[in-house]
Amino acid sequence: MAKDLEDSVAEHEKMIEEVLSAYPKKAQKKRAKHLSTAGAVEEGETEIVSKCDTVKSNVKSVPGVMTIRGCAYAGSKGVVWGPIKDLVHISHGPVGCGHYSWSQRRNYATGTTGVDNFVTFQFTTDFQEKDIVFGGDKKLEKSIDEINELFPLANGVTVQSECPIGLIGDDIEAVARKKKKDIGKTIVPVRCEGFRGVSQSLGHHIANDAVRDWVLEGEGSEYEATDYDVNIIGDYNIGGDAWSSRILLEEIGLNVVGSWSGDATLAEMENAPKAKLNLIHCYRSMNYICRHMEEKHGVPWMEYNFFGPSQIAASLRAIAAKFDKSVQDKAEAVIAKYQPLVDEVLAKYKPRLEGKKVMLYVGGLRPRHVVTAYHDLGMEIAGTGYEFAHGDDYKRTGEYIKEGTLIYDDVTGYELEKFIEQMRPDLVGSGIKEKYPVQKMGIPFRQMHSWDYSGPYHGYDGFAIFARDMDLAINNPVWAMFDAPWKKSA
Amino acid sequence: MPQSADKVLDHSKLFHEPEYKEMLENKRAKYENATPAPQVTEILDWTKSWDYREKNLAREALVINPAKACQPLGAVFAAAGYEGTMSFVHGSQGCVAYYRSHLSRHFKEPASAVSSSMTEDAAVFGGLVNMVDGLANTYALYQPKMIAVSTTCMAEVIGDDLNSFIIQAKEKESVPADFDVPFAHTPAFVGSHVDGYDNMQKGIISHFWKDAERKETDSINIIPGFDGFAVGNIRELNRILGEMGVTYTILSDVSDVYDTPSDGDFRMYDGGTKLDDVKAAVNAKVTVSMQEYCTKRTLEVCEKAGQATEVFHYPMGVQGTDEFLMKMSELSGKAIPDSLTKERGRLVDAMADSQSYLHGKTYAIYGDPDFVYSMARFVMETGGEPTHCLATNGGKEWKAKMEALLASSPFGAKAQVWAGKDLWHLRSILATEPTDMLIGNSYGKYLERDLGIPLIRLTFPIFDRHHHHRFPTWGYQGGLNVLVKILDTVLDKLDAETGTLGETDISFDLTR
Repeated sequence: MAKDLEDSVAEHEKMIEEVLSAYPKKAQKKRAKHLSTAGAVEEGETEIVSKCDTVKSNVKSVPGVMTIRGCAYAGSKGVVWGPIKDLVHISHGPVGCGHYSWSQRRNYATGTTGVDNFVTFQFTTDFQEKDIVFGGDKKLEKSIDEINELFPLANGVTVQSECPIGLIGDDIEAVARKKKKDIGKTIVPVRCEGFRGVSQSLGHHIANDAVRDWVLEGEGSEYEATDYDVNIIGDYNIGGDAWSSRILLEEIGLNVVGSWSGDATLAEMENAPKAKLNLIHCYRSMNYICRHMEEKHGVPWMEYNFFGPSQIAASLRAIAAKFDKSVQDKAEAVIAKYQPLVDEVLAKYKPRLEGKKVMLYVGGLRPRHVVTAYHDLGMEIAGTGYEFAHGDDYKRTGEYIKEGTLIYDDVTGYELEKFIEQMRPDLVGSGIKEKYPVQKMGIPFRQMHSWDYSGPYHGYDGFAIFARDMDLAINNPVWAMFDAPWKKSA
Repeated sequence: MPQSADKVLDHSKLFHEPEYKEMLENKRAKYENATPAPQVTEILDWTKSWDYREKNLAREALVINPAKACQPLGAVFAAAGYEGTMSFVHGSQGCVAYYRSHLSRHFKEPASAVSSSMTEDAAVFGGLVNMVDGLANTYALYQPKMIAVSTTCMAEVIGDDLNSFIIQAKEKESVPADFDVPFAHTPAFVGSHVDGYDNMQKGIISHFWKDAERKETDSINIIPGFDGFAVGNIRELNRILGEMGVTYTILSDVSDVYDTPSDGDFRMYDGGTKLDDVKAAVNAKVTVSMQEYCTKRTLEVCEKAGQATEVFHYPMGVQGTDEFLMKMSELSGKAIPDSLTKERGRLVDAMADSQSYLHGKTYAIYGDPDFVYSMARFVMETGGEPTHCLATNGGKEWKAKMEALLASSPFGAKAQVWAGKDLWHLRSILATEPTDMLIGNSYGKYLERDLGIPLIRLTFPIFDRHHHHRFPTWGYQGGLNVLVKILDTVLDKLDAETGTLGETDISFDLTR
């Protein structure tokens, strides 16, 4: 092992030990399993460059530690279902869940809001005490009738269960079946109560299962099927990501018949099983339905990564390889077409960003997927971790990050603060809850869930924005003004 | 290719470039199974009709875009105003992520709170273990001076008993026996965030006052209530009462915790009401609530303790501030200083200077019950008409109070009060009976877009404009801030309407 690597591993171990020493014993023992350093790969291993699946993941958060995780409802309504624009998503239960998640995920969608696009709405059954006592099925039925009357162009309704639904024994499946018969539209009951599972992750899975059970047999839209039909899966169109991806896929000669679920319609969900290939971006949140479509409909799937030019080019080639030469030729042409843009972006931003250290803590795919985009800009990843990953995500992380990188799973507020304090990275990429504490410490920050109200970051067009944003975060003059001149040490 | 390194286009411009427009049109035409444009237009027009309004207002079950949040948000906000206090919310963990995000998005500040992270096993067996372990972890990691416990609806539905759980946690030495762990049950299916604020204040005060022997002093307690402008307003309150020389204690002062400096240190806790001051607050002769609907249960505790109580409805504007100052003067025996009288004169002066632009303007106002009351009153002071007053979390009592207020002025004659209605109701109301302006929070931007009625952001939450909450809306100075925001909107609108070159710009006046 090289000397500096050895040093960094030893340093991380010491830092982890210090952080853990603050915990009471029981919590200490649990948290110790989630903190580690990316290790060396076994001999002969070629797929990964470091071993990251040594941390424990996808287990319950320790109470009282300020986990950054959300819940199953957030994973279903907030992530998977919420972006489908022509369905009305009812936050079924008390008012809060729908309120706090109202218009917060920036899943862009075209259409006329309130007429054929309902993404930026908060529909709720607003449970009162009597609904808890007597059950909410009747209220749900009536709500669906009211939606049908007031929003005639809504193509269906999903019922996103909040915690009380599963606890009071409501039968939302029966309501869904009955109302489907009554109004002739797709009604999807989703059992994504927030207490289920340990994070958003089970919510994704439950949401995928609901797609399988209540949507996939539908008719879809009428279009001329071709051998080049694909679906974009697990792209939620944050700031338009799915669009800056779609444009590339179309340029290489593919037809995106289903966009899941950013800017999606019900028809696009239903179209999916007829496609030739599923292209999955966020593996964590939608691998389940891809596996189902593979088994049931014979649609193969592959992962891809549209962050940063290296991965975009590699992904375009890998995708094209699944098709004929015409697509492969176009892929090469597209890569060549965008190369001048890439060169310009790198010429402008790389000198300003080279060598800067980044720490990441995000959700589904980004703690690994964005790594190469930073590398493309000459930046280094000092630490990374996931809110709700499973072992297979950590395994895949090894494809991207170097040995000696700090790894933290389901990190707590305390741990993250201490790690940042000690490592003093040049940039932290995480969420809104982490943004302001980190900035107070004088460290530049970008929200990497919402793209900090920017984006898209996917595709070549997105990479230019990504580079610009990292530059404006790191190189803003404000960071030099934190110390009052009369307080500066001599 | 629209993108370039020289001039990077992000979402606001990129998707309006021809390549993307064509791509999106193609997507819509081929794969979305979209409704043809004429039918979309037809339905859009219908949603703005009287027919639609009647159907919309007849809704009995579905709630669409309500202007209210749930109880624990208010509880977390209230607890944040006490020295070194960590909120511990017992129940599912996703809720806490939501409260923290929500508060951070408004204040652009850290918002700390922890969860007991209950999952399916806790749903079956109860969350005692989560409480016991959780309190120990919070205490060890975040070293608070107090942990304020509230509940998510999950814990409420399964019936966890906070009092008993906290006693058991202390027996198990999660925290020292004498450590302050006040609590409040805050079911999300009862009331709204203003009730959660109330319950947590009640919980904290009851905790400190329960065994206290009260020796009445001349001090005055002030409870600010749930307020997105708390940072500016509480500081303004301090300034005003300081000038008057009043002895007072603010119960829950969030002004510093939601406005910490950037100097290299992250302060998880900053400022807040000192715990010793909360204890001593039992001796105050009177507790003044700045927002009645945030403090009904809390004031009962104060009255039980032997204190007098006084209530306001988020006092704003001339008369609201007059009444507040006179009441403080009466309670404290301190005169209102000339400096404040002069401030009053300056606000009135500004209103007189600008009255021609404000007289007869119509407004729709929505928000929490106390805010809407005061805002409507201030609007009437400027000669404006609060045509529609809406509070999703307002009830019958509030409606009656609003109607009495509106009846007190000729400018309220045409006003309608909408208790318990939501912002989709308001869309129908404004589509059929429009006003000149809309006063509310960031969610109002959808109404502004749909109906072309300019929005003035004067209440929580404000996500899409920065830092307004750092400036007060209370007091005469606050009144001036509110006045200027309204005036800017009126004059910007006038400029926009008269600003098309060669068409409408004959009255594009330099001086207005």
